[in-house]
Amino acid sequence: MKTRVTNWGNYPVAEAEVFSLRREDELRRRLAGARGVIARGMGRCYGDSSLADWIVDTRPYNRILSFDAVRGIVRCEAGVTIADLLEVFLPRGWFPPVTPGTKYVSIGGAIASDVHGKGPGSFCDHVLEFRLLTADGEARTCSRTESPERFETTRGGMGLTGVILEATLQLMPVETACIREQVTSCPDLESVMASFQSASANRYSVAWIDCVARGRRMGRGILMSGDHLPQADLSARARRHPPLNPPAGRRFQVPFFFPNLALNPWTIRAFNQAYVWANPTRQRVVGTEAFFYPLDFVDDWNRIYGRRGFTQYQFLLPPESCERGLPEMLERIVKFGAGSFLAVLKKFSPQETFMSFPREGFFLALDFPLSPALFPLLDDLDRRLLELGGRLYLAKDARMKPETFFGGYPNAREFQRRIREWDPEARFQSHQSRRLGLHEGGSGGS
Amino acid sequence: MMKNALILGATSDLARALADGLARSGWSLTLAARDAEAVGRIASDLAIRHGAEAKAVVFDALELSRHAEFAASLPCRPDAVYAVFGYLGDPILARTDAEERRKILDTNFTAAVHVLDRFAAEMEKRGSGLIVGISSVAGDRGRRSHPYYCAAKAGFTAYLDALRGRLHSSGAHVMTVKPGFLRTRMTEGMKLPPLITATPDRAAAIILRAAEKRRDRVYVLGIWRWIMSVIRMIPERIFKRLPL
Repeated sequence: MKTRVTNWGNYPVAEAEVFSLRREDELRRRLAGARGVIARGMGRCYGDSSLADWIVDTRPYNRILSFDAVRGIVRCEAGVTIADLLEVFLPRGWFPPVTPGTKYVSIGGAIASDVHGKGPGSFCDHVLEFRLLTADGEARTCSRTESPERFETTRGGMGLTGVILEATLQLMPVETACIREQVTSCPDLESVMASFQSASANRYSVAWIDCVARGRRMGRGILMSGDHLPQADLSARARRHPPLNPPAGRRFQVPFFFPNLALNPWTIRAFNQAYVWANPTRQRVVGTEAFFYPLDFVDDWNRIYGRRGFTQYQFLLPPESCERGLPEMLERIVKFGAGSFLAVLKKFSPQETFMSFPREGFFLALDFPLSPALFPLLDDLDRRLLELGGRLYLAKDARMKPETFFGGYPNAREFQRRIREWDPEARFQSHQSRRLGLHEGGSGGS
Repeated sequence: MMKNALILGATSDLARALADGLARSGWSLTLAARDAEAVGRIASDLAIRHGAEAKAVVFDALELSRHAEFAASLPCRPDAVYAVFGYLGDPILARTDAEERRKILDTNFTAAVHVLDRFAAEMEKRGSGLIVGISSVAGDRGRRSHPYYCAAKAGFTAYLDALRGRLHSSGAHVMTVKPGFLRTRMTEGMKLPPLITATPDRAAAIILRAAEKRRDRVYVLGIWRWIMSVIRMIPERIFKRLPL
């Protein structure tokens, strides 16, 4: 029986057979002979990375199996979410070293997209090992020493190497559930980019960018940087509460899809102006929830984009092209005039991985409500992006062409070769991998 | 003194949700199921998440001759017993396959009666305790689409009523739970109307709240009480023609 499945952007929508993962032996039986399968966790990717004809829903596979309270090492099934880890381990003084902007992602998804956040590095930097069910029906333990090639290829491999079953993660000790945050208001793009340098002593930093402001104000933004607050620095008032239990924030919910017109240049401009006014330069202490997951307070916030859905364009430019390239890309976007209020800029530290998105440079992520004129603009941006030596983040992508993928990721051809070698019948495929032409031309092409 | 709950059939979605709710409320748990590895994982998960004392034991409802041994070997005497195991089965297959028929009838009725009787006797003697039997709305009226399942659940519901009466004066209590549609592995792949279908977590919350209040009968979701009243009121000469 087919179900309608869509991810966070509500675009595209797929009709799929969904199998809920509860037992490994059941999954193995179901996988035998199947083609066009992909695992899906919380569906927080924006496009079609976890859409396929046949979807393995990993959410019921969510048991925490063991925890070493001395070293902070947790072993869990792939359906466990970062929200679960926070709920269970933050009160005990342990925090995930890398967390994306929402806590509602599964560990399997975090590994497959090798997610990144406000801090240095990416998720798999702190994954010690995982067990992977591959196309041949074997369940292999993969780590930097055991099946290292599979470990490296699964990292950012978008689920195309198999279904991640369990993982062992190293958590980071923290003394409080608070962050000392420095907010810096910057008048233009150049000053935002420079502010990352002055904030480099902090572990975490990210900037919100106004992507509708024009002229002198183009790229004005707010840098938010911070670090975990040590217990000694808690205010006297805060000390009366348990340091690792911050107060829960109020939750809101977007109960219905907004009409398509709700998000338009005027409302966005108004929002952005208000946001800048509300965030002058200052220092403050905030809870980890508010610092890391500001949008998680609003359930179903993606409905603000209406039923047509939206897509996110997240691109990275290497250091050599940033100074010239970022203003140029931003100018094209501003000229187009149909961005949204969500635009995030981050500076990445140097990092070398096989297939993951993060590497040294700046990335910019912007939401775009869907419209007929959008895709030609994005194709145009893609062309320029490749010239500048950049790449797009697969977990946000719903429409990039094969040449953008192969051009942006130097190891893309080798990646393709490996998954064909390990999965000759193309058992694992997503609508995204098909769109990118990863399975064409081989012996088991789709 | 921490209270202990025994969950029979602990690997089902509903059982996991019940165990989670009980662990959060500070109960210690004995989780019983056929698959030792799976139930071991659930026990570890509860211990880590909630600091709960959770022990995994092997239990096969259909091995009737081993029920005595099972009951005697429990790590501690349960204050509450949740009978969650069940088997929907394939009604078409069961028409011709005696083994399938037997499995449906025995799992949902015979085995449940056998195992609960043991704990009932113990609780009667002790003068305290709670038995929660997960029956089904299917037991409210025999339907031709699932004759054996309906029959077995009807029998189970009647047994729980009788047991409630028997244990009443001793201080022990029996609660009958009748789920309608639940979104679980048992119903995977079925198209269920969302308004009258409960998730395991929601069902568990309703059941545990009702158990605390020592209710006699609970429909999950509550609206099923009315749905089944209507179903029961349809005259037989009409009902027998319906494709239900």
